[in-house]
Amino acid sequence: MLGELGQLALCFALALSLVMAISGLLGAGADQPNALVARRIASASTLGMMVFVVLAFGTLVTAFVTSDFSIADVANNSHTLKPLIYKITGVWGNHEGSMLLWVLVLSLYAGAVAGLQRGERLTSAALGVQGLLAAAFLLFILFTSNPFLRLDPAPFEGAGLNPLLQDPGLAFHPPMLYAGYVGLSASFSYAAAALMVGEDGWARAARPFMLVAWIALTGGIALGSWWAYYELGWGGFWFWDPVENASLMPWLIATALLHSALATEKSGAFRTWTLLLAIGGFSLSLIGTFLVRSGVLSSVHAFASDPTRGFFIMMLILCAIGGALALFAWRAPTLKGGASFDTVSRESALLLNNVFLVGSCAAVFVGTLYPLALDALSHGQQKISVGPPYYALTFAPIFFALLLLVPFGPELGWRRGNLKASARALAPAIGLAAVAVVAVLAIASPRSLTGTLAFAVAGWLIGAAILDFRKRKGARASAFAAALAHAGLGVTLMGVAGTSLWRSEALDVVGPGETMHVGPYTLRFDGVTQVQGPNFQATQAQLALMEKGRVVTLLRPEKRVYPAEGQETADTAIRTTGLRDLYLALGDDRGNGRWTIRAYVSPLAPFIWLGALVMAMGGALSLWGRLRVRLPTPEPAVQPAE
Amino acid sequence: MNMKKRRRLYFAAALVAAGGVLATAIVYELGNNVLYFYSPSDLATKHVGPGVAFRIGGLVEKASVHHGAGADVRFTVTDGARVVPIEFNGVLPALFREGQGVVATGALRPDGTFDASEVLAKHDEKYMPPEVVAALKRSGRWKEGE
Repeated sequence: MLGELGQLALCFALALSLVMAISGLLGAGADQPNALVARRIASASTLGMMVFVVLAFGTLVTAFVTSDFSIADVANNSHTLKPLIYKITGVWGNHEGSMLLWVLVLSLYAGAVAGLQRGERLTSAALGVQGLLAAAFLLFILFTSNPFLRLDPAPFEGAGLNPLLQDPGLAFHPPMLYAGYVGLSASFSYAAAALMVGEDGWARAARPFMLVAWIALTGGIALGSWWAYYELGWGGFWFWDPVENASLMPWLIATALLHSALATEKSGAFRTWTLLLAIGGFSLSLIGTFLVRSGVLSSVHAFASDPTRGFFIMMLILCAIGGALALFAWRAPTLKGGASFDTVSRESALLLNNVFLVGSCAAVFVGTLYPLALDALSHGQQKISVGPPYYALTFAPIFFALLLLVPFGPELGWRRGNLKASARALAPAIGLAAVAVVAVLAIASPRSLTGTLAFAVAGWLIGAAILDFRKRKGARASAFAAALAHAGLGVTLMGVAGTSLWRSEALDVVGPGETMHVGPYTLRFDGVTQVQGPNFQATQAQLALMEKGRVVTLLRPEKRVYPAEGQETADTAIRTTGLRDLYLALGDDRGNGRWTIRAYVSPLAPFIWLGALVMAMGGALSLWGRLRVRLPTPEPAVQPAE
Repeated sequence: MNMKKRRRLYFAAALVAAGGVLATAIVYELGNNVLYFYSPSDLATKHVGPGVAFRIGGLVEKASVHHGAGADVRFTVTDGARVVPIEFNGVLPALFREGQGVVATGALRPDGTFDASEVLAKHDEKYMPPEVVAALKRSGRWKEGE
């Protein structure tokens, strides 16, 4: 029965999303009685659609939890022996379920738009656009990726879930990332609505959604990279894999959007540019979904090998992006131009921020899509890949330049700033940068110019953030949001520099009782034991961390075999001091009790994710401030000075 | 006003220059940093010089995996038509098996052995690296449903 219930709920949701699209767009008209009725219908149908999508999703979760193998999706991706948590997270560990999760998040955002703001033309038009998006994705699910298809006869046991996905880090990575990807749809809808209605103030209305999306994207990317770090066993945290890039690009544009929308809201600058960024951010989310889900990339994420799915998503993307850009081309010239500002001003700083962010995104975009384009153009004869050196030479310098300029932004005044006064105010931050340089030169070996520069910039960023904190002492909490987020950047930068430039590595074959050395550590190999997990059998090695002949602690890297799925994964053992990670991975059995062990010492590795957390907290602070004073305040009277 | 206009002009010029530098850097670095993918058959016809980094993929030949001193490992990959010996110093991925698809990154030595710096295997039993599938199809050794 579950399958039919879910199917029915999806059909109702589709019908309501169409009602939502039509009534929402009709409600975007002038304040006539008809339009007012349409707006009420749009709000009500949005909430209805949300309820039915939640119902459909809940049905699928129930089917996974109760192991209802009469549903093909459950039979293909679950197993009775799986721990409950992975039965639940297995819902989105496959193509069909993950698309349903996508629509669930979309409907929750639409519900929030309808619930938080009601009655205005702008909201109505935004709901109309959300309705169109929801309808398109629901059609996609019902026709190409239905998670409720039945199996007759139902098998006794399911095929299990890819063990790489049976991991806490990866279990919550997709919902986080989707909350970010799809959250950008709210900004997209508001931007399209603003173009239709020709109304100002959309940046203010969309701001909470932008912030939620950005926080979730930051968290989702950090979770994914943390997972890659401890699960893949290569000691790296970012591989410039196309799948990672697909999530980084929307983040870069969302970051640019947050800054540009701030200028639009506070001083009326960059009106059209902000609209374009909102469209671009969600477009990159859609492209990311296509890249990741269509199977054109080789990765753990590539679920869909069915070409009709790829085709459908591609048409959907073309319609959404093409439609939005056409609307932009048609309507943007009729909008009020951006307010003017001085060459030295907060606006100029934000403009530079946008130039660098969009530039770095362009570098990632070319590196990610060029191999695919070449493959398609050469009919599969020329397969190339673009590796980390490309990004180190394009993305890194652009981003570095951006970081160098970050402290000036909050320091300069709106419309007209004073560069000399700002530089003077920031002077103590240069002091902290100098301290960082001295510390790096004293502690780190070998010496590295890039590393020293990175720490100088990190000191500069954090120092400026501290100054910003002090300047705003006593202000309301949200005033500290920018300082916190910028300080987070500095923390992450230290982590990235530390691990990338000063990591030590050892690769040894050791027998029981033998020792190996990595960085300052001595490890004694104590042999392996077999351990039985809930749905896996693990070969667990034990290594003792020695200090002056005494055992300090024991580390247990392992290899797991999942019999249901017939697969093996490696689980690393990591011991962190907060400042340095000791990282062990168990390699191959070399006979006679001897095993290959790979060990890394990564200085400051935890800072990478700590910084991301601090950034996300900065975003959360800003969001909190927004939600607390959600009452509509009048737009600052800005006269376009043309 | 004139002063302001001039500053604005400099600002715009700087932006355009930065964009130009960026575009040049992207095109230039892209030309220098792409890795081509070759199957063993491609390698026989393309004459890739030693030391040039590229990626190679195919199936690990049965009974070809030999461990040397330390973490050294040697094996051969095949696309059914040709074979290439590979040498690797490192930990093989968990899903590395004889008869399964792998993709290795590295460069040829003068003796024709591929010196791999990285070896990737498939992620699960349903999945085969797309490059390997394409290479097997080209050499006519691909059976649907394999």
